[in-house]
Amino acid sequence: MKTTYREATRAALRDALQRDDRVFLMGEDVGRYGGSFAVSLGLLEEFGPERIRDTPLSESGFVGAGIGAALGGMRPIVEIMTVNFSLLALDQIINNAATLLHMSGGQFNVPIVIRMTTGAGRQLGAQHSHSLEGWYAHIPGLRILAPATLADARGMLWTALQDPDPVLIFEHGSLYNVAGELDDDAGAVDIDRAAVLRQGDDLTLITYGGTLPMVLEAAEQLAADGIEADVIDLRTLRPLDGAAILASVGRTHRAVVVDEGWRSGSISAEIAARISEGAFFDLDAPVERVCSLEVPVPYAKHLEQAALPSVERVVAAARRAAGSS
Amino acid sequence: MSSVRGQGVPDPEHALHLLRQMLRVRRLEEKCIELYSAAKIRGFLHVYIGEEAVAAGVMGALAPEDAVVATYREHGHALLRGVSAGSILAEMYGHAEGCCRGRGGSMHLFDAATRFYGGNAIVAGGLPLAVGLALADRMAGRQRVTVCFFGEGAVAEGEFHESMNLAALWQLPVLFCCENNLYAMGTALGRSESQTDIALKAAGYEMPAWAVDGMDVLAVEQAARRAVDGVRSGGGPHFLELRTYRFRAHSMFDPELYREKSEVAQWMERDPIRLLQSVLEAAGQLPQKQWAALQEDVDAEISTAVGFAEAGTPEPVSELARFVYSDTADGGNPGTDSSAGHGAGKEGARKEGGAG
Repeated sequence: MKTTYREATRAALRDALQRDDRVFLMGEDVGRYGGSFAVSLGLLEEFGPERIRDTPLSESGFVGAGIGAALGGMRPIVEIMTVNFSLLALDQIINNAATLLHMSGGQFNVPIVIRMTTGAGRQLGAQHSHSLEGWYAHIPGLRILAPATLADARGMLWTALQDPDPVLIFEHGSLYNVAGELDDDAGAVDIDRAAVLRQGDDLTLITYGGTLPMVLEAAEQLAADGIEADVIDLRTLRPLDGAAILASVGRTHRAVVVDEGWRSGSISAEIAARISEGAFFDLDAPVERVCSLEVPVPYAKHLEQAALPSVERVVAAARRAAGSS
Repeated sequence: MSSVRGQGVPDPEHALHLLRQMLRVRRLEEKCIELYSAAKIRGFLHVYIGEEAVAAGVMGALAPEDAVVATYREHGHALLRGVSAGSILAEMYGHAEGCCRGRGGSMHLFDAATRFYGGNAIVAGGLPLAVGLALADRMAGRQRVTVCFFGEGAVAEGEFHESMNLAALWQLPVLFCCENNLYAMGTALGRSESQTDIALKAAGYEMPAWAVDGMDVLAVEQAARRAVDGVRSGGGPHFLELRTYRFRAHSMFDPELYREKSEVAQWMERDPIRLLQSVLEAAGQLPQKQWAALQEDVDAEISTAVGFAEAGTPEPVSELARFVYSDTADGGNPGTDSSAGHGAGKEGARKEGGAG
């Protein structure tokens, strides 16, 4: 069937709410407003205000309440409008959700799912556009997901809800309107493994989330010039599927990492480090990285676009790695 | 039940029980200090000495199915909720027999069996958890109460205000217990709050709130019963400001430059244990022999607990990486509910997310 990333995400929410009475959705404007990105539109009418629960603007309070409700036997899905706002709830996410199981010696697990929008490209300025999922991927105790495809938008949520531990799902704002075909019977998908979305022997392009469409387009352009790329969609940033990365790079001997986060201390740095630890002698060229420029994301369209990864930058990096620039 | 200011008490047997509970906490913590000095216990150690009437009075008002969320000064709360002194001390020793297998320590005591949710060392960080535990009870149609302890220092944090608002807005079954010991570490209440009447602040969130003499265990218990009844019967969140005082330093690293010795001495005149003891003695309700026997019992309990901790085994380093994620993906962790699809409020066993 024809659908969009937004509709696939909504279908996943509806399915979870129908299948498990312990599941509820909580966040700012998820109910009456229909979700700030219209993801939960119509769910209030279908499931009522107890399970589609509008909250005050209290990120730390309602994320913490979600953690408490998870401790109390519920399966909360907490929506935070953007990753920038999630910084107001860092205490609860990192000091509580990620630590309670360990601090309690295995007694108290926290089966919560926290969804949020991430990323730039919509001229929303520096307080609504950052990509901080790599920060969260630094934290033991969390699982970090970045659905980039319709199948993952539809299928990751249910699997995340079955996880006994906290799962954070990052939805890139530029993906909501992406349209495409999804199987009628699409359902739960695994949340452990990276996916190889295109195969080629000349180099490996590694990315996730909002930059996946750009990387696929770059791979298409490179193929026109006779450079065939493996495209890896990481899907899960923690735990990172290092085996999939090393398997591909071991075969292609060249790697480009594309990440909308900043370069310094980033998930792209982690990936490059793992390649250097695990495939150093297989490499024929230095690992290339295409990241956002190290500035707060600006408003003006030309400035914002100049700050972000682009097809052109990915193609140029790939040519350097392939030795054909 | 009358206050300890009266002439004797109507139920001396119950008063004796409360006296014992306070003494158990006092003796446990005196032993902790001794063991800390002997380097058996490390890390931060925050003792509750002087504040025992608060935990003793509130815990007595709870039912086994209720939940407790506490702070990093929580040895007394854990003990009086039913966590054994032995497993508390073993935890401070870093032993496998400790209630958190050596991963929590003094500041992070947890116990699923008694629904004791820590041991939270971020000031005010436990309040949102209490709101969520209460939300789960409400959504599941359970008549349980969640009690949340925090100090007056927490009142300056945003999480305090967010939690008060959420609990009142959604009329959740939470009892907020503010242990006002007048100092947030070294910062006096008057130096940190524009409005120092804390119960008044709570009342601003449209919840029943009142202040209680936190040195008077009978008054605390009476107030706690009233508040717990109010919460359990669907009256929404309630708030108690328990006015108390910490006799010892904030932690083992505190030179106490911020308060006068005379102030401490003045508060020690109202030591909650001696206060109750003297009322009972003056009314002839606590014969010397009974008091001596009580002390002997408590000393024996603590001595046994020390023996238990001493005899324990260090949590093996080979186990270090456990409990970062649950042991099995299908909910094999003790606190995980692997069943799905049964209704909130419907009949049938509902194993909790975190409570085994």
